[in-house]
Amino acid sequence: MKNFEFHRPQSVADAVTLLKGHEAAKLLAGGQSLLPVLKLDLAQPSDLVSLAKIPGLKEIRSEGNDLVIGALVTHDEVANSAEVKKRIPGLAGLAGGIGDAQIRNRGTIGGSLAHADPAADYPAAIVALGATIVTDRRQIAADDYFKGLFQTALEPDEIITAVRFPVPERSAYAKFPHPASKYAVAGVMVAKTAGGVRVAVTGAGPKVFRLPALEASLGGNFAWRAAEAVEVSPGDLRTGGEASPEYLAHLIKVMAKRAIQACQ
Amino acid sequence: MSDQGLGVSVARKEDRRFLLGKGRYTDDVSLPGQAHAVFVRSPHANAVIRGIDASQALQAPGVIAVLTGADVAADDLGGIPCGWTITNKDGSKMVAPPHPALAQGKARHAGDPVAMVIAETRAQAKDAAQLVDVDYDPQPAVAHLNAAVAPGAPQVWDEAPGNVCFDWHLGDPAATEAEFAQAARVVAIDLTNNRIAPNAIEPRAANGHYDDVNDHYTLYTTSQNPHLIRLLMGAFTLKVPEHKLRVVAPDVGGGFGSKIFHYAEELLVLWASRRVGHPVKWTSDRSEAFLSDAHGRDHVSHAELALTADGKFRALRVRTLANMGAYLSTFAPAIPTYLHATLLSGPYVLPAIYAEVKAIFTNTVPVDAVRGAGRPEATYLLERLVDKAARELGIDRVEIRRKNLIQPDQFPYQTPVALQYDVGDYPATLDMALEAIDYGKYAERKAASEQRGKLRGFGISTYIEACGIAPSALVGALGAGAGLYEAATVRVHPTGSVTVFTGTHSHGQGHETTFAQLVNERLGIPVENVEIVHGDTDRIPFGMGTYGSRSAAVGGSAIYKAIDKIVDKGKKIAAHLLEASVADIEFADGKYKVAGTDREKSFGEVAFTAYVPHNYPIETVEPGLEDSAFYDPKNFTFPGGCHLVEVEVDPETGEVDVVDVAIADDVGVIINPMIVDGQAHGGLAHGIGQALLEECVYDADGQLLSGSFMNYTMPRAADLPSFKVGNHVTACTHNPTGIKGVGEVGAIGVPPAVINAVLDALAPLGVTDITMPATPEKVWRAIQAAQGGAA
Amino acid sequence: MATISLQVNGKSHVADVEPRTLLVELLREHLRLTGTHVGCDTSQCGACTVWVDGKSVKSCAMLAVEAEGAAVTTIEGLATNGKLHPMQEAFHTCHGLQCGFCTPGMVMRAAELIQRNPNPTEDEVRHGLEGNLCRCTGYHNIVKAVLTAAETVRGGAQ
Repeated sequence: MKNFEFHRPQSVADAVTLLKGHEAAKLLAGGQSLLPVLKLDLAQPSDLVSLAKIPGLKEIRSEGNDLVIGALVTHDEVANSAEVKKRIPGLAGLAGGIGDAQIRNRGTIGGSLAHADPAADYPAAIVALGATIVTDRRQIAADDYFKGLFQTALEPDEIITAVRFPVPERSAYAKFPHPASKYAVAGVMVAKTAGGVRVAVTGAGPKVFRLPALEASLGGNFAWRAAEAVEVSPGDLRTGGEASPEYLAHLIKVMAKRAIQACQ
Repeated sequence: MSDQGLGVSVARKEDRRFLLGKGRYTDDVSLPGQAHAVFVRSPHANAVIRGIDASQALQAPGVIAVLTGADVAADDLGGIPCGWTITNKDGSKMVAPPHPALAQGKARHAGDPVAMVIAETRAQAKDAAQLVDVDYDPQPAVAHLNAAVAPGAPQVWDEAPGNVCFDWHLGDPAATEAEFAQAARVVAIDLTNNRIAPNAIEPRAANGHYDDVNDHYTLYTTSQNPHLIRLLMGAFTLKVPEHKLRVVAPDVGGGFGSKIFHYAEELLVLWASRRVGHPVKWTSDRSEAFLSDAHGRDHVSHAELALTADGKFRALRVRTLANMGAYLSTFAPAIPTYLHATLLSGPYVLPAIYAEVKAIFTNTVPVDAVRGAGRPEATYLLERLVDKAARELGIDRVEIRRKNLIQPDQFPYQTPVALQYDVGDYPATLDMALEAIDYGKYAERKAASEQRGKLRGFGISTYIEACGIAPSALVGALGAGAGLYEAATVRVHPTGSVTVFTGTHSHGQGHETTFAQLVNERLGIPVENVEIVHGDTDRIPFGMGTYGSRSAAVGGSAIYKAIDKIVDKGKKIAAHLLEASVADIEFADGKYKVAGTDREKSFGEVAFTAYVPHNYPIETVEPGLEDSAFYDPKNFTFPGGCHLVEVEVDPETGEVDVVDVAIADDVGVIINPMIVDGQAHGGLAHGIGQALLEECVYDADGQLLSGSFMNYTMPRAADLPSFKVGNHVTACTHNPTGIKGVGEVGAIGVPPAVINAVLDALAPLGVTDITMPATPEKVWRAIQAAQGGAA
Repeated sequence: MATISLQVNGKSHVADVEPRTLLVELLREHLRLTGTHVGCDTSQCGACTVWVDGKSVKSCAMLAVEAEGAAVTTIEGLATNGKLHPMQEAFHTCHGLQCGFCTPGMVMRAAELIQRNPNPTEDEVRHGLEGNLCRCTGYHNIVKAVLTAAETVRGGAQ
């Protein structure tokens, strides 16, 4: 790991100022994605700006039909929050399956989304639930947020402060984890919302993606058999990983089916 | 008699320091003024090193030195030696290429150390290592066995045409051919035994200190056998006399074979300390461990079994290619030969066997012993083949084994592949395991699994292994460079407590408890009053270390032998005290008695008299009560047994869930059942890991793709069930303890049981073969292929 | 360099560290608390598990500067006045350790597990230990130890 300057601002505004002042700065939330990257020298920031001391980023609260989760809320807190479990149990379940217990104790939803690992679990929830990413300056719709492999719509000096989830009628996540890393080889989140059914797939592609045909057929009849008709072209899926595109395409179907069943 | 002797599950004496975080592992050792070493390793599998420019690194903060192969050559450090020489079929010797501690002119595998950066802190050394500019000229490389023996393959060594290290055979080809010629049935199989990484959770580390005032060297290192390292460093690599060299292996966080071998890094830190005038410390990263700890297995075999029409085994012939990697590690050539081909009779009557083994160089990390070492490969081959034979002949898998097992009254049993098994009861362990898993109700469990959409499979493996390594004269005749006896010194203190100095090394095995139990068994002394000392060449006279499940069988026998000498000496003292003749003195229950009387002296009284010789036969008996013994085993020991596995396969995803494991082993006399069971548990996890999860994956160019815990799957708690472990004891006939050994049985017996269970589950779908590790995608593909073929 | 102050095992410490210093490096190298181990470089093995403000975390995946103001508990701080924590005791009686290297991290995680889930099933224990690797025990006796310790603690609470 290369050395860097460490900053611990007390407000979001101060953090933004620090980011603006140091071009090669990086934000640090729980560090469960960033630290491994730094240890392998895959990133060599000049400055690390920690969000840990900024108040107000650790709340989970209901606002009307929305559930708002602060950027620094840990996976463990999401998994065990009575509020989340009651209103979006599928999201609590997803958070409870991220990594392992120690990682869930440190890793945060904001950090995960900013890192945008293509095999992370949260992207599936963001897209399937049609969540909104709330930053220091704007609100970004889920479908506009993930841009590619580790790429997001965030500006370099933009900070996620919260995620706003509209509460669905029902939702569930099914994941086929990598046996070693526990990241998603293929994870599928299915949500039945007031605005229709949304299905999002993580792990299997360069970024999270939706399955419009399945969404349409589930919109007509919310039944697991619909998953069997899903055609995912292996050509659209990740190559060069340990799982072949053919297997990934198959796993997507199976995970979709299981997620739909879990929604029942 | 004793509540702490043989057969008692005494809680471990060594636990407390580990549980309090007060263990002392090599990386915990910090020496005053120590500098830190980081190695620059080749990113290429095969590359000419045109030059090394260290000028920038030398300017970096804190850097003390950058050393390269040229420095190693200038100081005349010896190459890392291979301790075993194999003789080819034609009588010539194997090719043993040089193995310089730092690459000289060429790097031959990804991870080959090219330079050593020494700095004041580890972080500084890491930073500077990135500044060492090595001018590589990459060459074509080869990683896989079949590619390495193909015509036109890149040559790892000019002196090894076709990449062949040796071409060796064992058994009687004529007798074998004769059996095949008249066989009613022949069953053939092609198998790959996957390459695995040892992955003790403690990475290797070394801290070397040269004391120039006294011209004395001290090395702390993560070793299973510090005396062996001292011997190799003294005689071959560092080339300093052994009285000037102390090797300490303090607490060691698991070995599994990988910490047997003499590695370049431990030599280099000591040498570098001499050059830079500081102690030099190195601790491996995990990703570095994947590229520098010797790997295990990596065989490709073709095997054929000749049978009678009713399923009696008549003959076996085997052709194996064994990957040696780029250099020969310490024991490497012995693994596919004397620890593999000699085991090919298994627990079966098999009248004729012929095995051919070719060892092959590739541009990969060296391959050597990993838990089981050769015996898992032999067992996997035989047990997969036997299952296939059962299927092809339409004989029940249990029955075909039962029909061919060596019977208890056939011992000692001479196999056609050199070994003579002394004792065993294979039908008993088979029955015991079947009962433990409740085989009679298997059909009900299978039906219940099917109700849940899962395919259930039952897998069996009846195995034997050879351990308690090893008779020196025998291994010497087979090419070993050292004897494989074990040494012990037993020191009885004046007030009757005991210190045992053992040449074995405990890195999880619990010797500090079990060896104290041996003393308790013989001398009646509470284990609390017995201290076991190991792991320091300055404290222990000599030793060959811990590997090959030898510590209790060989090291324990040395302790017994030393105790016998002490008991005998004590008899002379007791005879004097009791005014009786030595011949009338009996020792039992910690007391010397005059036979047939109630006159007695406690062991403590005799010990005290030995050290306070006021009333003492000093003309005939020296004062003091301490003795040493070297024990050289008369034969290998032969644990065996039966391992049963039930799996559930998810036909949708291909995931295999190991739902039940029941084993019955015969590991000989048991000192501590709790520890013996624990050894079996660990071996089972290792074996199940090999069967389902673990693999060092190389691409065709020699890049290790599974080089971290992110992509090399280690078994986790949730990947395994609880294990049903049983033991049926037949005592080893040729050592004084009756112990056979338990450290490796799990890793040896269980892999074929797992794969046989997977294939049993998939048989209704038409799947007949799968390679280890049986990952979900492989299982899914096998199902797709079989179903596509049927359609 | 950065100056940090934190509590470790109930004792206050002030340390000057490079910002890149990992928490585990602070513990092992600066404070010489070598009970916390490092078994990998990708945050999988869990040998470095400690508690930060009562929660188990991997100290190799946290910077020392992030522990500013925190209360850290390591394996050295788990026993009280020489009396083993029930989890340590259960590892001893159930033979839940062999080489001892993964043990500190395993015990710290397991102790947190039963604190949060006092009556876990075997399955919950096995999944709860997903962040910790052991090569010696096959986990059999570790799982047994965790269940035993949970029972002990429950019994003590009644």
